[in-house]
Amino acid sequence: MEPILCARNISKSFIGVRALNNIDITINAGEIHCLAGENGCGKSTLVKCISGVYTPDHGEVEISGEKYKNLTPIEAMNKGIQVIYQDLSLFQHMTVAENIAISKLKFEGNKTINWKKIKSIAKEQLNKIGVKMNLDETVGEISMANRQMVAICRALAQDAKILFMDEPTTALTKTEVDHLMKIMLELKKKGLAIVFISHKLDEVFTVADTITIFRNGDKIGDFNSKDLDEKSLSYHMTGREIEYPRYHRTCKDNSPILEIDHLTRKGQYEDISMTIRPGDIIGLTGLLGSGRTELAMSLFGLNPTQSGSIRINGKETSIASPMAAKKQGIALLPEDRFNQGLFIERKIKENISSALIDTICKKGLIRKAEEDTIAQKYVNELKVRTPSIETVVGTLSGGNQQKVVIGKWTATAPKVFIMDTPTVGIDIGSKSEIYEQIHKFADGGMAIIFISDEIQEIMANCNRVIVLANGKCIREFDENELGQDGADKIITDLIGSQSAEEVTP
Amino acid sequence: MNKIKKMVGKDLDLSILVGLALLVLVTVAGAFGGSMYSGRNIQSMAFQIPEFGFLALAMMLSNMVGGIDLSIIANANTVAIFTAYVLNGTWAFGTEGIARVILALIVAAVTSLIFGAFNGLIIAKTSAPSLIATLGTMTLIQGIGMALTGGSSIGDIDPLFAEFGKSVVLGLPLIFWLFLLVSLILGLILSLTGFGRKLYLYGGNPVAARFSAVNNEKMSILVFMATGFLAGMAGLIILSRVNSAKVGYGDSYLLQTMIVCVIGGISPNGGKGKVQGVVIAIIMMQVMSSAFTIMSLSPYTKKLIWGIMLVLVLGLNHVIAAYSQKRTLKQSMKNLQSAQ
Repeated sequence: MEPILCARNISKSFIGVRALNNIDITINAGEIHCLAGENGCGKSTLVKCISGVYTPDHGEVEISGEKYKNLTPIEAMNKGIQVIYQDLSLFQHMTVAENIAISKLKFEGNKTINWKKIKSIAKEQLNKIGVKMNLDETVGEISMANRQMVAICRALAQDAKILFMDEPTTALTKTEVDHLMKIMLELKKKGLAIVFISHKLDEVFTVADTITIFRNGDKIGDFNSKDLDEKSLSYHMTGREIEYPRYHRTCKDNSPILEIDHLTRKGQYEDISMTIRPGDIIGLTGLLGSGRTELAMSLFGLNPTQSGSIRINGKETSIASPMAAKKQGIALLPEDRFNQGLFIERKIKENISSALIDTICKKGLIRKAEEDTIAQKYVNELKVRTPSIETVVGTLSGGNQQKVVIGKWTATAPKVFIMDTPTVGIDIGSKSEIYEQIHKFADGGMAIIFISDEIQEIMANCNRVIVLANGKCIREFDENELGQDGADKIITDLIGSQSAEEVTP
Repeated sequence: MNKIKKMVGKDLDLSILVGLALLVLVTVAGAFGGSMYSGRNIQSMAFQIPEFGFLALAMMLSNMVGGIDLSIIANANTVAIFTAYVLNGTWAFGTEGIARVILALIVAAVTSLIFGAFNGLIIAKTSAPSLIATLGTMTLIQGIGMALTGGSSIGDIDPLFAEFGKSVVLGLPLIFWLFLLVSLILGLILSLTGFGRKLYLYGGNPVAARFSAVNNEKMSILVFMATGFLAGMAGLIILSRVNSAKVGYGDSYLLQTMIVCVIGGISPNGGKGKVQGVVIAIIMMQVMSSAFTIMSLSPYTKKLIWGIMLVLVLGLNHVIAAYSQKRTLKQSMKNLQSAQ
């Protein structure tokens, strides 16, 4: 096997992260190469550096013998590097044929559109991967799996030598994934190099020849996929055996804080009921689009409900705005830390006090000393690693940024804290520190709704779990059921089966 | 030296602006010497600054929440027309002398606040972009003035009020002192109060503000009310200086206020900037404008120079942004290291 791409000493930093640290990687023709690692470990950044989207701070890329320091996306494409991003970047309102042929025609410098040619290109490429599709349908109307095929064909039409695929299977069902894997193996036989990014371990082992593991921007190593098993792979990805301490409810108070009854918003979630006591950490899990985030938004006053009732401390209320939610003692750690959670250009202390401005004001004036005290208190309590509370929040690492958002809401002393995927893109160290804090909050009598799709973290942190699918609650687990062996397997299967059912016509 | 370095590092934009302003002042002094900084010329500049200054402060506030208020000039003129009607006796309701002036001030304050609140309500309730919303209200407010006056100027106002625009205290015009006072108060409000803090947060990231239980609608309405009020004050100053009010006075100020805000370090995307910056930019612009007059440049040349200035400032801002991005990156790497 001959190497067709070599990247040497690639480094890239962004504000708040050293995304890549002296990475070397070699990609061979006729090989399926998997980049593995947790969220935010640098896989996607590396792909962007190799394909010319980012210019690396240091290092060079060598493609079929030619060296580049400042590779542009166009040069990369001309050299046969094709990237299929997670969102596929297709033209929704154009037909399948147009989508497949457009880049090729563009690169050949055609000034006019030749419909016959478009169709013949599209047909040729679809035959190559053995898929039949209606060429005249618009891409917006076809299934996710078929869109993936269109994206692959578009890349092949431009004489791809290396095909990068960023998490190609997240939106696909089991059968569709199997089909995609088959196509990948087929393409490999034809001499194409495929680099794919995934954190689904079973897929990685089915197709990959070589696995390169990343952790926090460092390359841990290249492994032959035969030399690894799931356990050793996840050990290399996380840097340790993951054993988080399990949460057990100790709170004696059994009177419910928050009760929701038959809560419904059509098209998002239906007929959701739950009762939450102090010290409960309720895991809310399900696929993206299962209605979990929408439900959280409704409880925080950002998404009006249509029917059903909400009771807080036994009293029926409606939560019409975030202001009302705050007054009732409900806090939300939003899903999108960067846009919804933080004022990225502001100081740590201004972020921590942002939900408390009226409280720290006296006659309209901010009491700066009090603001500093509060900020310092939560920075210490949550172990935010920072030179000072005056530091601009955007310069911190992801984990420390998340701690600041948690601190901001903890400072309001909430009774119910809704956390929407609190550990996405966060390093292991911060992760376990955040878990520790959450347990401490719950021990102190706070009720927590913990939204996540990582089963491991749900098992470690929650004493009850609700599984959502298509907006409905499909199963509830209480403390005893969760305690039994194999509960995690049952939950994983529940979610998995649901995703397969969803798309079968 | 270290101290200066620290200060410059703390607020790069403002430091550069101060440097630039000093450069302009010194250059102009070198070129024109006595005629530029004669008592008379300084006084005449100080008379010209406030009407434009208040409009620029109004524009600044709307820029700071990531919006724009195109209706400020229309607002100022129509408020001036209302006030002029009170002051010339048409709408005086039998008041005389000082009572009439007080009534006029109340009318001015109320109308300007109503115009501002109207802008704020439209923007908060319909989530229309402020550019479109205020374009509409600009035409509407202008229309009100037009319907009342038919386009002619309303004069013959109470001499007591006209005196206000001409009186001099401690060598400088009363209205200039008023401008400085209002700027100071506005600066303090922005940096010390809860309202000011919410304004920066809301302006910087309205989504995160909403997720932090900041009442965005209320903020939008309050900010545009304040904008309207400042524009109304500009209207009063115009009225007292010109002794009459009419639709369309000072229309060319609109673009200049935006230039001043950009030079003064206000980010049109919101959440950034300080009153000091805008005040310095206003004074600098006036000094240059004065210098152009002494050089007897034609209005066309002046326009050309303003245009070049704006483009230069945009270029400079780009360079500064790239530089501070690099600095933040470095700082961030340092933070990461110290955290480990």
